[in-house]
Amino acid sequence: MAVDTEARFHVLAVDDSLMDRKLIERLLKTSSFQVTTVDSGSKALEFLGLREDQTSSSPVPQEQNEIEVNLIITDYCMPGMTGYDLLKKIKGSSSLKDIPVVIMSSENVPSRINRCLEGGAEEFFLKPVQLSDMKRLRPHILKGKSKEQQQQQLQEEESSDDTNITINSCSSSSSSSDNSASNKRKAMEEEEEEEVSAERTRLRFSNGSLGMM
Amino acid sequence: MDLGSLQRRYIDFTSALLREGILDGQFTQLQQLQDESNPDFVLEVVTLFFEDSEKLLNELSRTLEQQVVDFKKVDAHVHQLKGSSASIGAQKVKDVCMAFRNYCEEMNQEGCLNCLRQVKDQYLLVKNKLETLFMLEQQILAAGGSIPMMW
Repeated sequence: MAVDTEARFHVLAVDDSLMDRKLIERLLKTSSFQVTTVDSGSKALEFLGLREDQTSSSPVPQEQNEIEVNLIITDYCMPGMTGYDLLKKIKGSSSLKDIPVVIMSSENVPSRINRCLEGGAEEFFLKPVQLSDMKRLRPHILKGKSKEQQQQQLQEEESSDDTNITINSCSSSSSSSDNSASNKRKAMEEEEEEEVSAERTRLRFSNGSLGMM
Repeated sequence: MDLGSLQRRYIDFTSALLREGILDGQFTQLQQLQDESNPDFVLEVVTLFFEDSEKLLNELSRTLEQQVVDFKKVDAHVHQLKGSSASIGAQKVKDVCMAFRNYCEEMNQEGCLNCLRQVKDQYLLVKNKLETLFMLEQQILAAGGSIPMMW
């Protein structure tokens, strides 16, 4: 499996407090992540190529080129769109749902934590976030990437096999290292993906590959 | 004062702050995040803390002086102040904020006003101490030395 664990992963950090943005940026950069910070959920969605009122990206124009984001870390308490609202929008988007999301909060409220985890968040960090918390991010990114790699590998295998699965005609010949194309591909091939995803899931598990759970 | 004495004074001063609980380990962590590529990191974050806090304290004074106090608003401001003080390790300020929030929940105006006085005092104290700390650091650097690492 050609997962480059030394690659610099890109984290999008969302927090309405300038102070906290400065802190999380420093923590992330010190831990060798590439960082983009935004001050609201709506700006985050904009950055990710998704408008607030959409649940899935329509084919994006070339200029709004794909910026690959490997993980999103967001504050919970923000005016307007909360971290939880942002989480739901991301998980509800077919193009963004596989990006791992981590929620931060200064309040230790078990019901809130559970709600976020149930909503699809990978983890919940209590503020102030520590340098040691940064170590917990990489595994979530790698897990997501290996899922992606497998999907790509499967697609490559499928396209060369004579199977009953209908793969869309555009680029299933993506190079396995070109992950930035994958998000775009997902956005554009949404329809077909829904159809084949069930088949693909069965195939993935039958390959005896990494257990996803 | 020679470099050695300046450095010793810095160490004593910082140790006292930690011992007295005016600053906690979170501050030390901030210092660890500072390096040659980000030599003013702590100063920048602390400056933001000062700006945020002063705004919040003014707002709190205003809100608590109203005829009818909006305790939710007061609580929201205290929550913010608590968060930012925790982020830089201003432990005593944070501790007063915790008590402050309890009074907000009880809608106790007297208790809140009391806490406001205390939080202002603690804020001014930590501000004063941090300004001194930065001054000591500047003196060491000006004397050609390096700032002792307290961890």
